[in-house]
Amino acid sequence: MIWDEEFETLPREALEALQLKRLIATAERVYTNVPFYRKKFDEAGIRPSDIKSLKDLRRLPFTMKSDLRDHYPFGLFAVPMEQVVRIHASSGTTGKPTVVGYTRRDINTWAELMARSLAAAGTQKNDIIHNAYGYGLFTGGLGVHYGAEKLGASVIPISGGNSKRQILIMQDFGSTVLTCTPSYALALAETAQEMGLDIRKMKLRVGIFGAEPWSEKMRDEIEKKLGIQAIDIYGLSEVIGPGVSIECLEAKRGLHIFEDHFIPEIIDPVTGEVLPYGTNGELVFTTLTKEAFPLIRYRTRDISVLYPEPCRCGRTHVRMERVSGRSDDMLIIRGVNVFPSQIESVLMNIEGVEPHYLLIVDRQGALDTLEVQVEVNEKVFSDEIKNLQTLSRKIEKDIKDLLGVSAAVKLVAPKSLQRSEGKAQRVIDKRKI
Amino acid sequence: MKVEQISVFLENRPGTLAEVTRILGEAGINIRALSLADTKDFGILRLIVNDKEKTKDILSRRGFTVRKTEVVAVSVPDRPGGLAEILQGLAESNVNVEYLYAFVQHSGKDAIIIFRFDETDRAIQVLSEKKVKILKGEELYAL
Repeated sequence: MIWDEEFETLPREALEALQLKRLIATAERVYTNVPFYRKKFDEAGIRPSDIKSLKDLRRLPFTMKSDLRDHYPFGLFAVPMEQVVRIHASSGTTGKPTVVGYTRRDINTWAELMARSLAAAGTQKNDIIHNAYGYGLFTGGLGVHYGAEKLGASVIPISGGNSKRQILIMQDFGSTVLTCTPSYALALAETAQEMGLDIRKMKLRVGIFGAEPWSEKMRDEIEKKLGIQAIDIYGLSEVIGPGVSIECLEAKRGLHIFEDHFIPEIIDPVTGEVLPYGTNGELVFTTLTKEAFPLIRYRTRDISVLYPEPCRCGRTHVRMERVSGRSDDMLIIRGVNVFPSQIESVLMNIEGVEPHYLLIVDRQGALDTLEVQVEVNEKVFSDEIKNLQTLSRKIEKDIKDLLGVSAAVKLVAPKSLQRSEGKAQRVIDKRKI
Repeated sequence: MKVEQISVFLENRPGTLAEVTRILGEAGINIRALSLADTKDFGILRLIVNDKEKTKDILSRRGFTVRKTEVVAVSVPDRPGGLAEILQGLAESNVNVEYLYAFVQHSGKDAIIIFRFDETDRAIQVLSEKKVKILKGEELYAL
């Protein structure tokens, strides 16, 4: 279902005209109200009035996550605080958190985008949305919440944690749509099983999963274990929160970026050069309608591909491929670039192995070591040691073949690896460099 | 003629074995025989118990990876050369032993050896031909 037929199916020409108009307005707003942007524009020798076509976007300077930290907490807000009605912040795993603000109109825009997203995933007014994204500074919980109310569905603001209670409520309230991280969806399936309940027999129909990288194989696993359709949603608090892009239920191939509100680009993460459609690179977003916290060419560090082919759902907005990794998550092990998602895909391709893993990187002498901890479940467990050793060696060989690095596989007991209720920790880097 | 054994995956760290035995003890499960195979990273605990269904169920619920495996229990006269004769017969018929472990009954008359073979049915046939005494599951669980 399409929530905003007019804007989501706008012919490309009209869409691009709208984007240009909104881009100029955004550039003017930041140039006038945010000293940081004025300085950057001046250094680049460009003024908002120089923007004549969408091609001129690439003349504007990039904004980095470090710029956000340098202006902590409110230094990049483009409106006075009296107009800010909400503040969110992303978890600061390194240093200070990234802080974002919203005006009343921004909150409404975000709710509209989330209503579009929920509708694209097949959610309707009569659905009961089990919202297990965390509520709080994290944008996941409240983002889904406002979108669900805008759509007119019934939202259960259950937030994360207390998995047994989640299952009881899911069963008793008849939740039809689940929103959480993909790893938490699998954790809920396991909890239901431990409680002796069949989650597939409950009313759950669709899951909308995001906030951490996942894979097609993980989608298959979630769909099988929960008996639902699993939809990928994308967003980041800096840009607005969840609802920047989502897959449509019709195609489930690529996430439509709401281009009337954001302009996406793909760049080479090293040179900053803009790459053509169909090329792998770092996603960059410019916001077009945000008031409190507009962003110009924000480098997300997320790796993806854009493709413009029309979609069977009727939306004209460009699609991005599922995020395949982050340029910051990239590990360099003995000089080789390794993305944790690549290890995940190796595991998912081995019959019976589940995608729960932990990478431990260390250094012995001058040499980096990579240990991959993998859980042994009943499907792969054999009581003959040689069979388990064969499994370890197969995983080691597949990693070596795909990534070109040697890894030592350690088999561990099921559920000994963290099932996070937020973002799963997949890497421990013990190297002291 | 086959006996069902319960195998449990254990991480190689202090307390895992104690935990399994404590869980079984609290559930009133009696362990008839056991063996622990270990590697650098993990161990496999193999158990013959008086109630295998309950054991599997209770350990699975507690998060352990558990499976049932078919093994063969043989009663061997407790005298020098008893085991050698049996192994010789199996070797001549080209039956491979994956692992084995043994225990002595209360009476002390016979030793009982638990075998895991690569081809269980053929092993049983060979042992029967050699007139080796094979114990039935019920006999073993009730010892």
